[in-house]
This record gives sequence, structure tokens and C-alpha cells, in this order.
Amino acid sequence: MNPNLKWKVLFVLSVILLCFYGLAGLPDFPTSWAQARGNFSRRIKLGLDLQGGTHLILQVQVQEAVGLHTDQTVDRLTTQLRDKNVRYDEIRKVDDTHILVRNLAPEQSSAFRDLIGELFSEWDISPAPGETSGYTLTMRPTTVAGIQKQTLDQSEETIRRRIDQLGLTEPTIQQHGRGENEILVQLPGEGDPARAKGVIQAGGQLELRRVADTVPYPSEAAALAAHSGVLPQGTELVRGKIDPGQGGQPGAESWYVLDRTPIVTGRDLRSAVANRSTENIGFYEVHFNLSTEAARRFGPFTEQNIGRPMAIVLEHRVQSAPVIQSRIDDSGRITGRFGQQEANDLALVLRAGALPASIKYLEERTVGPSLGADSIRHGLQASMVSLIVVMLFMVMYYRNSGVNAVVALILNLIILLAALAYFGAVLTLPGIAGVILTIGMGVDSNVLIFERIREELRAGKASVSAVDAGFKRAFLTIIDTHVTTVVSAAFLGVFGTGPVRGFAVTLVIGLLSNLFTAIYVSRVIFDWHLGRMERQAELSI
Amino acid sequence: MNFFRQVDIDWMGKAKYFFGLSLVLLLIGGASWVLKGGLRYGIDFKGGTLVYVRFAQAPPIDQIRSGLAGQGLGESSIQRISDIANPNANEVVIGLEQKGQGGEALDAGKAAILKALHATFGAGEASKPDWNAVGAPALVEYLVRRDPLALGPTAGDRYTQLARRLTDFRDKDRNGLVTNFDELKKVEGVGDSVIATLRDAYSLGNFAIRNVEIVGPKVGAQLRRQAIFVTLYALAGMLVYIAFRFEWVYGAAAVLAVFHDVLITLGFFSLLNFDISLTVIAALLTLVGYSMNDTIVIFDRIRENNRLMRREPFSIIVNRSINQTLSRTILTSGLTFLTVLVLFLMGGQVLRSFSFALVVGIVVGTYSSFGIAAPLVVAWNHWRGQGAAAGSGSAAGNKTRTGEAASRGLAAAGRR
Repeated sequence: MNPNLKWKVLFVLSVILLCFYGLAGLPDFPTSWAQARGNFSRRIKLGLDLQGGTHLILQVQVQEAVGLHTDQTVDRLTTQLRDKNVRYDEIRKVDDTHILVRNLAPEQSSAFRDLIGELFSEWDISPAPGETSGYTLTMRPTTVAGIQKQTLDQSEETIRRRIDQLGLTEPTIQQHGRGENEILVQLPGEGDPARAKGVIQAGGQLELRRVADTVPYPSEAAALAAHSGVLPQGTELVRGKIDPGQGGQPGAESWYVLDRTPIVTGRDLRSAVANRSTENIGFYEVHFNLSTEAARRFGPFTEQNIGRPMAIVLEHRVQSAPVIQSRIDDSGRITGRFGQQEANDLALVLRAGALPASIKYLEERTVGPSLGADSIRHGLQASMVSLIVVMLFMVMYYRNSGVNAVVALILNLIILLAALAYFGAVLTLPGIAGVILTIGMGVDSNVLIFERIREELRAGKASVSAVDAGFKRAFLTIIDTHVTTVVSAAFLGVFGTGPVRGFAVTLVIGLLSNLFTAIYVSRVIFDWHLGRMERQAELSI
Repeated sequence: MNFFRQVDIDWMGKAKYFFGLSLVLLLIGGASWVLKGGLRYGIDFKGGTLVYVRFAQAPPIDQIRSGLAGQGLGESSIQRISDIANPNANEVVIGLEQKGQGGEALDAGKAAILKALHATFGAGEASKPDWNAVGAPALVEYLVRRDPLALGPTAGDRYTQLARRLTDFRDKDRNGLVTNFDELKKVEGVGDSVIATLRDAYSLGNFAIRNVEIVGPKVGAQLRRQAIFVTLYALAGMLVYIAFRFEWVYGAAAVLAVFHDVLITLGFFSLLNFDISLTVIAALLTLVGYSMNDTIVIFDRIRENNRLMRREPFSIIVNRSINQTLSRTILTSGLTFLTVLVLFLMGGQVLRSFSFALVVGIVVGTYSSFGIAAPLVVAWNHWRGQGAAAGSGSAAGNKTRTGEAASRGLAAAGRR
């Protein structure tokens, strides 16, 4: 064999091996057929339409959060103006992003401007039209966008945490669409959207509560035993967050005895962010801000309880119980040996306690598991029948060269499946249709090449040069046809959603791998075959 | 084997028949489009509720209709699903158009349809959930809680397997519909205690909900706009690519031909009352790519022959190019058509309109390559050739004349 060809054959064989390894050899190398099958079904992820489940698209009403910020600004501004003795007739929210201040005392206008520039820098100030000494405050577009984005992110996170409570396998919660503030929720195997919707819409309950007993108990019974069966009045037992445990051991449980009434709830929280700790170098802490009203309650409480733990309770679970270090008024920090990720998560949990804005459902699709099973069966049947019809035809029409095309086609499908597994793409029913179309359109490249070779043979060329010319001439045509189809499929992939995207992805991958199989692999097989043939023998095509 | 050895067909001589045929097809489709008051959009695009229901026997359409009317849903549509691969599917789709803009009412329609079905065909135990609708996770939870096999608190895995066998039996062997709990005795490991436990909490009706789709009207409008843009962008992308690879006339001809394919396919959708859904848009875009494929193969040959046969008239070159590629055109289209036909016949209800678009589209797309795209290029060359022979002034003169006419018309309108 020609040494060049030998390398090419080796290359093709290693691609095949790699594909099989990717499909059935991960994560553990299979030692049995069943294990290989298990690997395969884990690698190829089925879309919601094939395995059944619930698909929801909801829209976060982010404008509400913008309006809320304006309301709060009106409150803060009123307080500030009163403190600074600035006189005016009226402060009023005009709409979600505008505030009107009427009849400001003219001699105080520069003080007013200074105040705005100093404490309300996210607002642009301009003279109000039709007012003698009035001003319009306009929220800066970057601030509006920032609030909207934060609201959307918070909603996504809140919904994710809530869905996680349902204990479903592999739910998807992600932002969706382009700038419409939509969130996509996919719940495989969940046949009843009502349950999920109920959980999503529940109010977020964050509470800061006094801890009655400084140490947590390992079980409910132990806690009761410590109080000889009866808890002190006004307290209750709340379960702690289960820590993940170590070395495969289940994590230890913890139970806290807490006051029934919270000091502060999620409603009172203005913000929470993770920051680098100034005392424990290398660690992080969470800073939070309370509303003015809550601060009036929180200050005295923390002063009385310095050195004692305070429980952060989220959805009726104690998230953590940090020790109060000093009096906390409107802002405070939660310290502990937090890593950056941990601190971020805690801040996020604090912020994400309640949904920051209401949501609207835009779309709801439920696929019953039996329909999914039906769809898989139909899809497989249709693919098999198409594959067999096409293969039979190619072998009948092109004889031995038809076998070449069939090998290329099967390899095309194997590469397609392996690529789907590799990219973690989801196989949907339209995706299966994409596979079927790849079968039909994939042989097109072979047909183009073979017809060219036939023409060259008819023109009197010898087999070797006819094959050479056939591949060479068909090459540009194949590139052109593939580019146009990939262009249309790419647009689908970029703009389409869900199942439609699944279709575009399979079609594009199928066509790209077709370039390799129809042009390269087919050529290698031809060269190998021609090398073994008698010089004057006729090519079977 | 060889179907087409030496074909010598004068395609360009028949161009006027092709244009005629296309015109007729476009007119028929357009007439149906206008007479039926627009295209039939699926709920993806207009918003609404679809509930797919499977019955144990042939679906009693009249009973369903009266049941729905009893819930004030007289306007809902009921459509039987029949399938060549599965003629006794016993399935219906109940459709309800979304009225108004209220987001909170999104699943009110679904709730009303389910209520009507339960009232008409339920087992009379409205308080218990329908076992045919329960998912494996919920079933596991229930079984572990009740522990009918007395396995103790560590039996989670056993019940997980049992629940999976039960739901697999229902979904795969029984197509999602079990009408009697005693049928479940066929499932491995299911005894009287398990069945009694299931009977306690669940009911069984004569029907199973297979699929529910609810789309809000706002999403629908948004998707419709998006779909049109995606199609136009894809066409523009191809125009640019072909103009870059060939000449702009080829690009324009190819895009016109593909546009013609999309319009005719939509006409067939209107004529045969198929709904246009999101997957149909995917099919239309595939068709755009496919038809373009076909056209490019012929254009490529024309470009090649143009260099080889400089002396020949252009229409002869085009004829020969089509004839040379005819064998490939028929083979590829035939094979692709076969795969798509299989999909249409066997792919199931969900892919029905998708594969219909492709079945029509592949035939039209193949035809338009030699029937529309190539003749358009020939016609352009012919017109330009004449223009060049008569002096380039005539074309420019034409333009001025129409320009003048237009401005005169405008002036007249202004005076009135």
C-alpha cells in the first residue's frame, strides 16, 4: 500500500474509534455491553419532547422593580430635603423613571443640585417644562438597565432555588429570548405544571431570627430532650441546612430552637453583596443593607444580643447562624470563614429570597411520557426505513461504489451522534428529523461525485484518472451547496428556540461531517480499492 | 444501473410552460390564501391551547363536543388524529383560541377542557388524581410513603424500580392509557397490595392526556415576526454568497426561485388546511437550503460549460448543463423525497406538518431549479444581449420614460 494512503486509512480508523469512545466509552470504560449502552443513553441527552415533561416560559415584570426604585427614591429624597430644610411644594413620581419636584425655593436650588449630585447620582436633573422653579429627575438609562438586569438575574436565581426544592432530575432554568426578560423553565419528567407553577410563585421567605439556644442539636429528639419535651414559649424548632457531608457520608443534621417571630424579613432587606474580608485575610463576608424602618428595630435588638448567634432562615430552613459582632443599624455584615463562592452564594440567597417582581406566564407545554415514547419509536422507525431504502438504492445503482457510499453514510451518522454527545446537544424530535434529512442530503455529495466519475469514464478516461477528476470537479460544487444549507440552518440555530434549534444543530453537524465522509473517507476507500485493482480493470460504478 | 445516459431535452424552449405552471400554482395557492382569510397559523403563532387526548375506544366526538359545550367551550375545535402507520390511534386534539391579553387566564382554557373531559369520561372520582397522568417521581414518593410491600424505610431503590416498571408499562406497552388497575398485575413485582394502594389514591378514566400546549398571544405575535425575519435573513445571506461566488444575476435568480418555492409550499398549506407551526418554519428554511443546493449544482455546471463552449448560444449551454446534471438531480431529489415521505408517513403526529412542508418543498424546489432559476438567468442574458445589440441607450431610455410617467402621475395626484 502507498505509505501516504496508509496514514490516511489510519486517520479515518482513529476518527471512528474516537467516535465510538466518545459515545460509549465515557465516563467509565465499559466492560460489558450493558454498561456501554448505559454510557450511550447518558451521553445522548433527550429533549423534553422525547422524554416527557413540562416547559414553561415566563416573563419577569422588571419594570415593577424600576418603579419601586423610583418610589424608594421619592421617600429618601423627602427625608433628605426635610433634614436639610429645603422647601418645596410637592415631590411626585411621574412615571417609573421620572420624579417631579415642584416650586423649589429658588435660593436653595444650588443646594438641591448638590444634594442630587452627591446622594442621588443615578438621576439626571433638568428644569421641569412649564414650571417656574421645578425640576424633573430622570433615572439614567444605565441605572434602569442595571435594575432590570439585576431583577431578571435575581428572579432566575430565586426560581432555580425553588425548583431545586422539587427534587426533579436535571431541571433547566435559564434566561431566554433577546431582551424580553423571559425565563425558560424545563422540568423533565414532571407531568403536572401546576405543582411547579405553585412553587415558582410562592413568596420568598427570608427571616432573621433570634436563636434561643446557642448551640444547635443533632436531631429533633435531642432538642426536645434538652427542654424535657416542651419548648420555651414563643419558640419553635427549625431544621438547619443539611451540609453536603464528606467522603460519601451523609451530612450531619442540625436543629435550632428559634424565636417564632422574626426580627427582620426579606422585605426589609435593601441589598446584599459579597466583599473581601478586612480582618480574615483571604476570606469573604457578606454586607447587607436594611430599610430605614427595619433598622429602627434591628439596632436595639443587635445591641442586646452581641456575642449570640442570629439565625438566617430561608424557606423555613436555617441557612446559617452567625454570631452578632456589634450593633447593627441599617447595614451589617455576616462574617464567617466564607470562600468567595460561598459568600457570593449567601449574598445571592439573601437577595434572592423573594421574587423581586411579579411574573407572567407566556407559554406552557406539557408532553406526556407516553407521547415522548411514541415519538422516539416513530423517529427511530422512520430513520431506519429511510436509511435502508437509501442504502439499498445506492448499492443497486452504483454497485461496489454504492458500498463505498453506504460506508461513508454510516460513518457520517456515527460522527453526527458522537458530535451531539460531545457538545452535549439535546436530541429532540425535529433533531431526529434532522438526522433523517442528513441521510437524504448526505448521499447527495456521493451522487455528485459518482455521476462525475461516470462522465469521465464515458469520456474514455482510465479508472484512476476518472476518480481523480470526479472528486476534483465535484469538490467546489459540494462546498457551494453545503455553505448555502449551513447558512440557512445557522440562522435557524441562532434565532430558533428549543426543538427548532435542535433540528438546526443536528443538520449543521450532519452536513459538516458529511464533508469529511463524502470527500475524504470516500476518496480513501476509492484509492485503496484502485490500488488493489488490475491496472486495466473496470471500476464498478 | 443507469437511468439517464444521453438526454437531450430543450428545457429553455419550454420555459414559458414552466412559468405558466408556476403562475397557476401561485394563483391557486394565493386564491386559497385569500378566500380562507389568511394562512392557518398553529397556536405557536396565534396563541391558544391545544390538548391531545387519547381514548380507550374510538373517540366519541359528539360526546366530547357536548361535554365541552357544557363548560362554555362551544367554540373549541376537535380534530381526530389518524396516522397511516397507526390508523387506530383513537386520538383527538382539542383546540381553543386564546382570547384577550390576560396572562393570568393562560391556563384557564386548559383547566376548563380537563374539567369537561373528567366530567364526561372520568371514573366519577374527581377528588383523586388521574393515574394516567402521574409521573414516575410522584409515584415513587407515594409508594415509599405508603410502603405497600412492607420493605421499611430503606426501600427507596426498590420502589423507584417498581414505579419505573409501572410507568413504562403504561407509556410503552399501553401507549399511555391504562383503563383498569387490574391490568397492572402484568407488571413484574406488582401484587394485590400494590394495586390496592394505587386504587386508594388514584382514579382511572377512559382517556389519557398526552400533551398540552399553551401559548400566550403575545409570544405568538413575537414568534411570527421572528420567523419572517429569519427567513428573509437566510435568503439575504444566500443572495450575498451566490453573488460572491457567481454573478449577482445568478444570486437574484436563485433567491427568486427559492422565494417562489416557499410561496407555493405555503399555498399548499392553505389549500390542504395544514397548520403553520414553529417546526414548519424550520422545514421552510430547510427547503430554502435544499432548493438552493439544487440550483447551485446547475449553476456550477453552467459556469463550467460557459468556459468550455464560448461559441454556443447561452440557452444551449444552459440546456446542456441541466441535462448533464439531470441524473444527479433526479437521484438526489428522489432519495431525499423518499426519506421525507417516510418521515411524513411514519414520523407521527408531531412531525406531520413539518414533513408535509418538506414533501411539497422538495418537489417544488427541484422543479424550480431548472424550471425557474435557470430560465430567469437565460431571460436576463437574452434581454441584456438585445439591449447591447440595440445600443445600451435603449435600456437607459426605458428607465427615464417610466420615471417621467411616475412623476407626471404624482403631479396629477398632487393637483387633485
